Formats: sequence, C-alpha cells, structure tokens
Amino acid sequence: MVEWTTEERAIIQGIFSKLDYDTVGPESLARCLIVYPWTQRYFGKFGNLYNADTILANPMLGKHGTVVLRGLLTAVNNMDDIKNAYTQLSELHSETLHVDPGNFRLLADCLTVIVAGKMKAEFTPEVQAALQKFLSVVVSALSRQYH
Amino acid sequence: MSLTAKDKAVVKGFWSKVSGKSDDIGHEALARMFAAYPQTKTYFPKWSDYSLGSADVKKHGKTVMGAINDAVGKMDDLIGGLSALSDVHATRLRVDPSNFKILSHNILVALAVNFPGDFTAEVHVAVDKFLAALSAALADKYR
Repeated sequence: MVEWTTEERAIIQGIFSKLDYDTVGPESLARCLIVYPWTQRYFGKFGNLYNADTILANPMLGKHGTVVLRGLLTAVNNMDDIKNAYTQLSELHSETLHVDPGNFRLLADCLTVIVAGKMKAEFTPEVQAALQKFLSVVVSALSRQYH
Repeated sequence: MSLTAKDKAVVKGFWSKVSGKSDDIGHEALARMFAAYPQTKTYFPKWSDYSLGSADVKKHGKTVMGAINDAVGKMDDLIGGLSALSDVHATRLRVDPSNFKILSHNILVALAVNFPGDFTAEVHVAVDKFLAALSAALADKYR
C-alpha cells in the first residue's frame, strides 16, 4: 500500500478540486498528441489530427481529454487503494484498447506541464513532488493488468 | 527524431526570451528534480540542501544552464559541440543517461511555470526534441 503524508493528501485534493476539467483535460491530451505524435496511433477514428492547430481544435479529442482527466478522480477518491481501483480500466487499456503502457507516463508528463502552467508559482517543487508521486501510482495501477 | 529547421528556429526564438532568466531556470529545474525524483540526489552526496535557495543548487543550476545555452548555438552539430562534455559525463561523472530525460522534464516544467504564455505546444515539442538531442549528444561517448 502506498503511504501518503497528510500534506501529500492535502496537495492532491487541492489540485484536483481546483482544476478546470473542461480546459485542462483537452489541453493535456492535445499536448501529448502534439509533443509525442506517435500517441496519435490510438486516435485513428477521431478525425483531423493533421497538425498542432487541428489537434487543439478537434472536438472529439477535447471531449475525450475531459473523460481521461476525470478518470483520475478514481484515484483522488481512493488514495488508499489506487492499485485495485483501476483493475477494470487497466484491463480495458490492455485487452480492448491495446495501449502501450509507456504512453501513460508521456500523458502524465504532459498533464504535469499543463498544470504547472496554470498554477504557476503555486506549483512549488513540493506540490510537483506530490503530483509526480500520485501520477506514478496511477500509471503503475493502470499498467498492472497487462499480461 | 532529428531537429528540423523549424525546430531550431522555434528553440532559438524562445531561447532569446529565456536566456536572461536562465540561471533561475536552472536553479528551479534542479530543485524540482531533487524534490520529485529523489533518486537523482545520489549524484550529489556531499550537499546538505537540495531545495530552492540552496547555494549548491543555485551554483550547479547556473553551470548546467550555461552549457544548455551554449548548446542552443551548436544545434547544427550537437555531438561535435558537446564532445568534451560527453567525455566528462562518460568517464568521470558516469550519470545514468535515464537521468537526462528526468532533468529535461523538470526544465520543461520550470519553463512552463515561468513563461506560461510563451511555452505553447509548438515550443514544448521543439524544446523537448532539442533537450533529447542534447541528451543523446551528452551520452555519445558512454560506450
């Protein structure tokens, strides 16, 4: 089981209670597809992903970005058992979506950069460390059911 | 994933805004890295303070970013331009190259925090590619 300090819990709850899911979600997913273009392989049916502008403007992708970001709430609300909370989502990503789990880290890094840009000076090294720990636990949980 | 002419132009353009603050960026990136990726502290066992404000972190941040600023001017031949630094990292420092990715990420975070309006998706991908190419050049002499 992952040990969280009181401060870490507060930081994570703080970040996720103040996030604008409808902005940060789409921006983070779009950023991932722009910075790491090979991740576009999973979005063949999403329409126009031709360049950064069309990716940022793509409504299907934007909607999906919000879904993905809200998916993190499963972890926020189950911090003491993130591992098991993602069993089904992990199976889905492995068996149905066939996503290389290496991509989870890429998306996590892009989310970190977007959140950093929104929070600016409030995104201190301590806050970043808590988010980094949180995201690695989520990434690990999502990778767990792969076989 | 080689640097295109466009990548180089975007990096140079963005860097003209960054270079004035580059010491701060280096300092901040290192402090962030030590906080979020504690295993990186193992390369600096004699320091006592790895946080923002530490004299050691400030000094080293300046050294690292100084070299990166130089590298912006050497984008047409990073392997040649960083040859001496690669020798140092390969033979004396022996930093595991996976850490170059980690530091690069933290530089990106520091840039996003300090230049929120300028650090667009286009700049992000170009700078990420540049730091990756720089890291590869730094690891060139490893084996």
